[in-house]
Parts: sequence; structure tokens; C-alpha cells
Amino acid sequence: MEILRLIYAFAFTGLFAIGGGLATIPFLQDMGEKYGWFTTKELIDMVAISESTPGPIGINMATFVGIRVGGYLGGVMATLALVLPSIIVVLLLIPFLDRYQKSPLTQGIFYGLRPTSAGLISAALLGFIKMVVFFGGNLVLSGINWLNLALFLGFFGLIKLKNIHPVLVIGLGAAMGMLLHLV
Amino acid sequence: MKIYLELFSTFFRMGLFTFGGGYAMLPLLQREVVENKAWATEEQLLDYYAIGQTTPGIIAVNTATFIGQKQAGTFGAVIAVLGLISPSIVIISFLAGILEQFYDHPKVMGALAGIRVAVSALILTTVIKMSKSAIKDWGGLLIFAVVLFLILGFSSPILVTVLVGAGLGILLSRRKYGNS
Repeated sequence: MEILRLIYAFAFTGLFAIGGGLATIPFLQDMGEKYGWFTTKELIDMVAISESTPGPIGINMATFVGIRVGGYLGGVMATLALVLPSIIVVLLLIPFLDRYQKSPLTQGIFYGLRPTSAGLISAALLGFIKMVVFFGGNLVLSGINWLNLALFLGFFGLIKLKNIHPVLVIGLGAAMGMLLHLV
Repeated sequence: MKIYLELFSTFFRMGLFTFGGGYAMLPLLQREVVENKAWATEEQLLDYYAIGQTTPGIIAVNTATFIGQKQAGTFGAVIAVLGLISPSIVIISFLAGILEQFYDHPKVMGALAGIRVAVSALILTTVIKMSKSAIKDWGGLLIFAVVLFLILGFSSPILVTVLVGAGLGILLSRRKYGNS
């Protein structure tokens, strides 16, 4: 039963997540809330591991969530369910590609979907920041984890200024976390 | 048979050697698909890539489907995608098992807490980059604001949000084209 739900949730994600791997995060967050498969904290851990291991992030996250919910079979099924809608849609579109791409309707839809995707991810990110900087609580000053906030701003500045590779940023995060005994 | 093996192994390598997927994959695709295999010209590849962004799902999967289909039809497309996702399934399965065992270790918990901060900062930079290319005018900004308002204010379901975004896109872009 849980496997069927998993397949449905990932096929839905594959059909409606536009703009690559990170665009699946809001869908995953939704799954966590709706089905209770994982907490926001666990989701961020899965995103981190998916970013620092080889392969497309979206695929890695699907495998990860699938394993959590339904073991190794779940991992395979979730990943296949995620990619199946893409394969079908692309194969169906190939004969009409030129018309599809140039059609004003397609352009209009994607004119709307790109900012939508950015908005969905921003909202998910807000949930992550709440978790990491505000001890998972409300967005109030008294609830701030100042050490984490300082690190967050430090990492952000480092990525912006030095343009260092995501895997290095994650490694640095791990080292700081161990040294400072973060929670 | 040979073409299927080649498609599988080429995309398997792609899945094994790229970190971050999507955009990180382009240089490797260029070398393998354009230079080594001559399955597509540089321009075709960029075209596939552009279309991969305007079709649902993971960009790398869409691009693999295109190239597989061009070389060996529908079955070729399926084989290319299977090649692409296989390394992820193996590696993540392996790591998920290990993580499960050490999740409660204090050092691991500290490392993960630090990683969570780092990943949030990484996603923030990606979101900024994405928003810059997604929001090009007032219409785009309006859609972005409406989406945030719907989710944060009303916990609107994703499907509803996506449909509202697409609808607003059609409406606003028509006005835009009408004016020009």
C-alpha cells in the first residue's frame, strides 16, 4: 500500500516539477507533511547527501526517500516513477517539437511556470531556514540560534564571493558541525 | 544490440561522474555525446537541453530521453535513462544503509547539523540565481509574489499553485504580446 502511494507521489512530482532537481524539493516537503514519511530535518539531510553524491540531485533524492519509505524496492520504484512521466512526455512531444516550442501557449505556460517554480522553492527554503536558524519554531527574534545564523551567513558569503564547489561547502559544514557540536 | 550497450554505458558514466545534475552535466554531455560519439552536434545538444527545461521533470532525464530516442527509438530512450539513473540508485542505497547505522552517533549528528546550515545557504544561492533568470519583468514578479502569498498565506496545495502559475503565465504573456 505504502509503495503504491510512493509511486503515485513520485509520478506526480515527475509530471509537475519544472526546472530540474531542486524543483522537486517542495514536492518532497509536501510528501513529508502529508504522509509523515520524514521530518524537515531528515529532508534537509537527504538533500545534502543527494547534492554531495554523484548523479542528478532529483534522482538521488527520489532513491533516498523511496528507501526510507519502502526499503530498496521502494528506492527503485520511487526513482522509476519519477522519470516515467518525463520519458512519456518527451517521447510524445518529439514529433511536434518545433510547433510545441514556438507555440504562444507553451511560451505563456512556461512564462508562468518559471517564477512559480522559483516561488515554490523559496517557500520550501523558508521552511529549511526556520528549521536551521530558528530551532524549527516561529520566525521570532528570541528563537534565533545565533551560531547557526552566523554560519549560515558565512557560508552564503563564501559561496557568493569565492564561488566554491557545493561539495566543498557541504564538507566545510560537516567539519564546522563536528568542531562546534552543533545541534 | 551494440547501440543499446553504448547508450547505457555512456549515460551510466554521466550519472556516475556528475555532481549536482542538470547544469553540471552539460560539459560532460558535450564531450561524450558531441565529441566522442557524434550522436548530436553542439547546436542540437543545446537545443535538447533547452527543450529539456521546458518539459516536466529532471532536465538530465529529458536530455537522455532525447538522445536515446534519436539513436535507437523508444527502447533506446528507456535504456539511456536507465543508464543515467543506475549509479544514483546503487550509491544512494549503499549510503542510506550506512547513514541509518550511524545516525545517532554524536559526531555524525554534529556533522549533519553543520551540513544542514551549509545546504540551506547553498539552496539560497541557487534560488537567487533561479529567480534572476525566471523573473524577467513585472509580470514574472507578480506571479512569483502570488505563488508565495498562496503557499505561505493559505498553504495552497502544489497542484493548485502550479495551475494558478501556468494560468497567470498564459494571461500575462498574452497581454505582453498584445502590447508589442
